[in-house]
Amino acid sequence: MGWNSRLKMPNPGLDQRVLSHAQLEKLEVEEAGERPKWDNKAQYMLTCVGFCVGLGNVWRFPYLCQSHGGGAFMIPFLILLVLEGIPLLHLEFAIGQRLRRGSIGVWSSINPYMLGVGIASMCVSLLVSLYYNTIIAWVLWYFFNSFQEPLPWSQCPVNVNRTGLEWECESSSPVDYFWYRNTLNITSAIDEPGGLQWWMVLCLISAWAVLYVCCIRGIETTGKAVYVTSTLPYVVLTIFLIRGLTLKGSISGIKFLFTPDLDELSNPATWLDAGAQVFYSFSLAFGGLISFSSYNSVHNNCEQDAVIISIINAFTSIFAATVIYTIIGFRATQRYDDCLAGNILTLINMFDLPEKSIDDSNYASSLSHLNSTYPAIISNLQLKTCNLNTFLTEGVEGTGLAFIVFTEAITKMPLAPLWSVLFFIMLFCLGLSSMFGNIEGVLVPLQDLKVFPKSWSKEAISGVTCLVCCCIGLIFVQGSGNYWLALFDSFAGSIPLLITGFCEMVGVVYVYGIDRFNEDLKFMIGHKPNIFWQSTWRVISPLIMLVIFLFYFATTISKELFYISWDPESVTFPTLKQKPYPVWIYIIIFLLAGVPSLAVPGAALFRAIWKRYC
Amino acid sequence: MRCVWMVCVLCLAPAVAAILCKPDVTDGYKVRLSIKTALGDDAYEWSKSELFLFRAVLAFAVQRKTNNVNYDVSNILVCDETERVSFWFVVTTPDNTSELLPKLVVENAIRENRHRINSAFLLTDQTLDFVGINPTLAAPIEYDTPPWLIVFGVVMGVVCAGIVALLVSTFLQKKRAKKPSADPVDDEDGSGSIAGNGILCESIGDKDGTYNQGFTDDDRFTKL
Repeated sequence: MGWNSRLKMPNPGLDQRVLSHAQLEKLEVEEAGERPKWDNKAQYMLTCVGFCVGLGNVWRFPYLCQSHGGGAFMIPFLILLVLEGIPLLHLEFAIGQRLRRGSIGVWSSINPYMLGVGIASMCVSLLVSLYYNTIIAWVLWYFFNSFQEPLPWSQCPVNVNRTGLEWECESSSPVDYFWYRNTLNITSAIDEPGGLQWWMVLCLISAWAVLYVCCIRGIETTGKAVYVTSTLPYVVLTIFLIRGLTLKGSISGIKFLFTPDLDELSNPATWLDAGAQVFYSFSLAFGGLISFSSYNSVHNNCEQDAVIISIINAFTSIFAATVIYTIIGFRATQRYDDCLAGNILTLINMFDLPEKSIDDSNYASSLSHLNSTYPAIISNLQLKTCNLNTFLTEGVEGTGLAFIVFTEAITKMPLAPLWSVLFFIMLFCLGLSSMFGNIEGVLVPLQDLKVFPKSWSKEAISGVTCLVCCCIGLIFVQGSGNYWLALFDSFAGSIPLLITGFCEMVGVVYVYGIDRFNEDLKFMIGHKPNIFWQSTWRVISPLIMLVIFLFYFATTISKELFYISWDPESVTFPTLKQKPYPVWIYIIIFLLAGVPSLAVPGAALFRAIWKRYC
Repeated sequence: MRCVWMVCVLCLAPAVAAILCKPDVTDGYKVRLSIKTALGDDAYEWSKSELFLFRAVLAFAVQRKTNNVNYDVSNILVCDETERVSFWFVVTTPDNTSELLPKLVVENAIRENRHRINSAFLLTDQTLDFVGINPTLAAPIEYDTPPWLIVFGVVMGVVCAGIVALLVSTFLQKKRAKKPSADPVDDEDGSGSIAGNGILCESIGDKDGTYNQGFTDDDRFTKL
């Protein structure tokens, strides 16, 4: 109606490319069509929840929450969830359900010139699948190593002469050593490949094998697997919450997480980080959600699904953050107590004072008394400063959280192997259920693009895809693999997604036509979408996406790019050293971020030229 | 005369002992005990009897080390006791009480019997500290097969069995579906796909997303 109808772009031939409502109805009634279907609604919901809820909810959100003003971060997060996340989710579900195709099929149906959006989604899904499964391989390695007492990362190994502990371990910590040396066997720079690490190759193969067995027949097998992979993380999180709350110091962790600092709300970075987190957390623009939704019955209530899944995703983020921070609070308190005990021991040894004469409560007063009486001796002792807040803010994001901080906390808990096994099973399930969506976003476009011969069965197609991805993924299991992974994570999974997400909204609202879309929704769910959906789809959400994209683009282009490396020979060891990227990496960065992004206009241009000259 | 001489010796003996044992003596060691840290509420009070036990255990250790040369509690001299529960000790030879056992012999005796000494006091290497004698590190646990390989083997075995089972079941399904291929009833019931002349309509011409389903209805009933 009104001004928006005139804003619609001309789109000839749309009726020939999409099924009409009557045809859809017929398809529905006769259950015709080769398309796979969900066995029941629960499978669909669990698959979508599993795809959305991933490792980011556990190791990115808590860090953002704590660093951007604790409880106050909920405000921008929830606002942007409602204004950006839910509308985009509803849009993807509705368009998939209506057009009943995967991402390439959907965008080429809407307009053949929009094929590039589908190709961009496929490229991003492929690049993300490659490195995401490597993270799952790391999780599997830790899982395999959890079946021993004591845990291998709880103590330093003895050096070759058996005279002392391994130097690299002693100067850092057993958990750091196990992660950087025993797991990654990391080199000190990205241009030192370091060779393939055979144990990680085995773990990578097992990660891809497990993925293959779950995706072998598409949603027929995935739908069964999600009963476990989507529900188990919640069970484990609950167990950890109960365990965590009974540990000393957990409450200080939760307080630290949620203490609101309302000043952070005036910082634009808070809002941008919240927006980005909402966008990436929902796994939008990967194409997987469109694909999953297309297997639904035509009259499925996608509006309700979108709202429910958004609420579940937000709840999971907050729940996981609470659990993580009870454990982090425990670890920080342990470290603080150890630090204090070390200082107290030094003092009583030096002055031959009786044990327990200095304890936690009178440490400060005793120290100041001794300092005033013997200042020279005290300064020679080089006592460490023990600050609880420092320990609480240490390395609590990403792989550092899971493989260093959390594993250290687990070693201090009784029955450590049990908690370790539970934790890594949870991470494995979270990662695997997200991989289902990523792989769906790769397999279905490949089939739509007819890359494989028609005679090949589903099993063969998924097998070949997994095999090829596994072979390419060997980049990430060499010595410098972690640096490559960080590179892929920063550039392949960020800017192209924002561009694709923006184009999706614009494509549906202005190319497909919001009026037609409203009519479709009325046909599918029985009522026209209300003013909230109209305003967010037409104006608010695309605007938010555009602002986030511009900001990210500007910051990435303007700053010098560097990475942090583990360099035992550096002066600042064990602190990670910042190194600039070598020049040839910039080409790789351009390929990672540029190729999917440029596929959007590129495919349109290619088609225009092809049409003109053929 | 003899009585006077004996009294003089007796008076001098503790003085001699005092000179032999003093803080920072070359052939002695400082010992620190952290009983309350190790035992918490079950901690015992440090007393003369405990000190006697220490001297006895140390005499035992040295005797063991020197191949059963007879050492006595009196050969272990203790001095500079503090409230910390720390003190210095030296070991005198049984033949000549003014001669001290060399530092290295004492050190080796303690190292070899560390576990026995610790157990006597219910303490550990960290809480019964011989300053200057670092505890020998425990031998790293050597596994024949690393445990992670075993778990990996189990998981991969299950996964491969799953893959094989699924592939075999697909193969059997296809075989079973191929058998009643000439049955004319099948088409009417509709196996879910629309076929005309045995060709699936979906496979015909899907260029540029153009999908013309205008003919599907007719083909259902055109069976030649």
